[in-house]
Amino acid sequence: MKAFFDSDLWWSFTRSPVTVISAIVAFICIAGAVLAPVLAPHNPFDLASLQLMDAFKPPAWSSEGDATYPLGTDDQGRDMLSAIMYGARVSLLVGFAAVIFSTLVGVTVGLLAGYLGGKVDALLMRIADIQLTFPSILVALLIDGVVRAVLPRETHSEVALFVVIFAIGISNWPQFARTVRGSTLVERNKEYVQAARVIGLSPLRIMRSHVLPNVMSPVLVIATLNLGFAILAEATLSFLGVGVPPTQPSLGTLIRIGNDFLFSGEWWITIFPGVALIVMVLSVNLLGDWLRDALNPRLR
Amino acid sequence: MSLLQVKNLRVEFPTRRGTLVALDDVSFDIAPGEVLGVVGESGAGKSMTGAAIIGLLEPPGRIAKGEILLEGRRIDNLPYEQMRRIRGREIGAIFQDPLTTLNPLYTIGRQLVETMTTHLPITPAEAREKAIGWLELVGIPAARERIDSYPHEFSGGMRQRVVIALALCAEPKLIVADEPTTALDVSIQAQVIAMLKTLAREKGTAMMLVTHDMGVIAETADRVAVMYAGRIAEIGPVREVVRQARHPYSQGLMGSIPPLDRRVERLQQIDGAMPRLTAIPKGCAYNPRCPKVFSRCAVERPELMDAGTTRAACWLYAEGQS
Amino acid sequence: MFSFIVSRILQALPVMFVVSLISFAMFAYVGDPVAIMLGQDFTEAQREALVRDLGLDQPFFVQFATFLGNAVQGEFGLSYRLSRPVAELIAERAPATLELALTAAFIALMIGVPMGVYTGLYRNSWLSRFFLTFSLVGVSLPTFLIGILLILTFSVWLGWLPSFGRGDVTRLGWWSSGFFTWSGIKALILPAITLGLFQLTLIMRLVRSEMMEVLRTDYIKFARARGLSNRAINFGHALKNTLVPVITIAGLQLGGIIAFAIVTETVFQWPGMGLLFIQSVGAADIPVMAAYLMLIALVFVTINLIVDLLYYAVDPRLRVGRGKGH
Repeated sequence: MKAFFDSDLWWSFTRSPVTVISAIVAFICIAGAVLAPVLAPHNPFDLASLQLMDAFKPPAWSSEGDATYPLGTDDQGRDMLSAIMYGARVSLLVGFAAVIFSTLVGVTVGLLAGYLGGKVDALLMRIADIQLTFPSILVALLIDGVVRAVLPRETHSEVALFVVIFAIGISNWPQFARTVRGSTLVERNKEYVQAARVIGLSPLRIMRSHVLPNVMSPVLVIATLNLGFAILAEATLSFLGVGVPPTQPSLGTLIRIGNDFLFSGEWWITIFPGVALIVMVLSVNLLGDWLRDALNPRLR
Repeated sequence: MSLLQVKNLRVEFPTRRGTLVALDDVSFDIAPGEVLGVVGESGAGKSMTGAAIIGLLEPPGRIAKGEILLEGRRIDNLPYEQMRRIRGREIGAIFQDPLTTLNPLYTIGRQLVETMTTHLPITPAEAREKAIGWLELVGIPAARERIDSYPHEFSGGMRQRVVIALALCAEPKLIVADEPTTALDVSIQAQVIAMLKTLAREKGTAMMLVTHDMGVIAETADRVAVMYAGRIAEIGPVREVVRQARHPYSQGLMGSIPPLDRRVERLQQIDGAMPRLTAIPKGCAYNPRCPKVFSRCAVERPELMDAGTTRAACWLYAEGQS
Repeated sequence: MFSFIVSRILQALPVMFVVSLISFAMFAYVGDPVAIMLGQDFTEAQREALVRDLGLDQPFFVQFATFLGNAVQGEFGLSYRLSRPVAELIAERAPATLELALTAAFIALMIGVPMGVYTGLYRNSWLSRFFLTFSLVGVSLPTFLIGILLILTFSVWLGWLPSFGRGDVTRLGWWSSGFFTWSGIKALILPAITLGLFQLTLIMRLVRSEMMEVLRTDYIKFARARGLSNRAINFGHALKNTLVPVITIAGLQLGGIIAFAIVTETVFQWPGMGLLFIQSVGAADIPVMAAYLMLIALVFVTINLIVDLLYYAVDPRLRVGRGKGH
């Protein structure tokens, strides 16, 4: 731990106020989302507590505002702040799960392709190429569309969350695979790996103890930057109405709902979830950006 | 008058753990047409000296003290644009790795022509003819046919010849050659260095030849400067330094070259390693490794002083100094 | 050159094949087309007739071959949702999407590349910092939110620009263009900015990082040591080397514009292929989805081919066969 605080990484972290601020903001977002059931002033899913009379209340600071609803309410009288906190929870859950999924798939494929080379490499990279041919949002949409066509509606909303995680995760693995493969190719030809081979270490062991540590920092950078992307992808899918089920609204869902009221003047229903989404993704992206520069010593 | 004078040069790198002094109190001259070899271990400051002379220190490195004069004119503090006109035209440079020093997207002819038209009052057509001449001079076979080839179509040795042609084509008075043969096959090194030496001699170009290969220095240089931990440990005529080095470090360095004329039981080696820039010892930087260390060495830092036919930064030669 | 193109086309074929297979699989096995087409009441005879009609009683490979043959002729059957030929639907919508995508790509390239070069060269200037901050906000803003914010500002509050549709279009044969009327151009502004902004920031960041990478290379240092002018180094040597990777990724990104158009078209109710696709996903309208998938694949394969050709033009190392040995 002491070594960590003495490291260049920590040093460059403390030297960048923007990074420190975005780390704090990201932390607040995550804490607010995770602890939503404890912290949120209202439970937006408790139908009994919803008052239709309270619908379309503007934010607390405006003249018609109500102090119990700091950010106003939506068309069903739901407290926006609570809805945003619960929504961020869904957004973050999908984001993290999708990134973990694509990291696992991508790193495994990249290591295999880079280390084994030959036909395996050609085949795996060909698959990655074909998939890269399609923008991830399209892949995710297709998967969702197919699942929708295969499953009856009720079953669909039960598995929708997993479908979204799978769709976003599977649409991003090639990026990891390509990076890891590239680094693996470089590492594989280095003398210490050659030496490890000569003394007869098993390929699995060489990959785990020699190649993997060396490709971890680019993977970490991509994963961080991808987290922002995955959150955006989820929001986009939900905005398009094909993401998470309406029973578990994410930030994207809230924005979509609010979009219907944009022209009638109830801007807060769209704008607040939108701002929350931007702040969350921006802080994650700033962290990822900093991490990339900090782990790439040549840029310093 | 000297062609190049380096006076008390000090290069610093500001870092998070304070300022690193990469070069300190480095002084030497190069006469017109002279070849000065610069030797030392990696990190001794050889390449840094070369980079400071051509005005291309990597940021955040900067010249903190001292002067660099070319034909009596100060060049270390020139604005970028004026220094640019000196680079290539007055001072040429050769880098270590020919595989990476040529732009892969342009033909070697184009790279030669643009260098010449930048510095010399000639048309591109004239420059092209001269480029062919230069390629022949550096020993590229069928130069006229190959001028429109791309760098990747040449072998490493041939590419380094092209790099040399690029460094020489605007006819500078001084060449800073940073390890020009280190990246080449051993079998080609001798050819390239011989070609470089002959060309420099023919054109009357002076050269600062940075290398860690004492053999190359002994072959090529007129004088040699031995660097240690960012300072010059000893400087003198190459024959003197090779045969009878005065500074214990140079003696150690020379002792590690296998002599050809007699058998030795064991090559000498210098114990320990050069200190890192963050931890340069007090007094003489070499004192912890020096076999002849005495009390003064750990306290006071020695300047270069006369030591017979060479000058050495060593308290052993303090007698006779004022 | 010729063999290069042929080899690239041969490489593209498996991609198209796999995509066709996926499309066909969707077509044949997802949902029950017969049930969907027949509606509520039908007799067993009607059903069998339709099965025979659609060739669904044939073996897999025969069906796939028929599907491929039809696909090559642009024949994808009827939309379940609209009961019209899919090819007709797509041809109707294609001009809207293509005009939007091209305008967005143009904006992204024309602004993104110079901004990237500038920020790569002058890393520490305040303008670079501003551009970088702007780009980070740009990649962190989801496309749909940019659209919403633009609509809120320019349509709802200021009332300057329309918030949906294409405006008046001019018919040029089967093509319909919004470039020739004032209302068409006004309608194009917000969607094109929305669609181009994300790509713009990506391209800018990409050019910047490649530029910085290239500026650190030995050949740039050597160019400096040769005393070349800054202009020659930055715009001759550095920019050209930067272009090699930029072409590839920018090509892929620009392809992405077509897909991201789905989102922009939804926000602006732009009558293009993306809107058609999203409506089809919602309604599980498989024939349209399959056709759209294949069309996108075709677009990407074409873009890849163009990218490869550009690459070939820029990087001499790819032009094999010219080397005269060492």
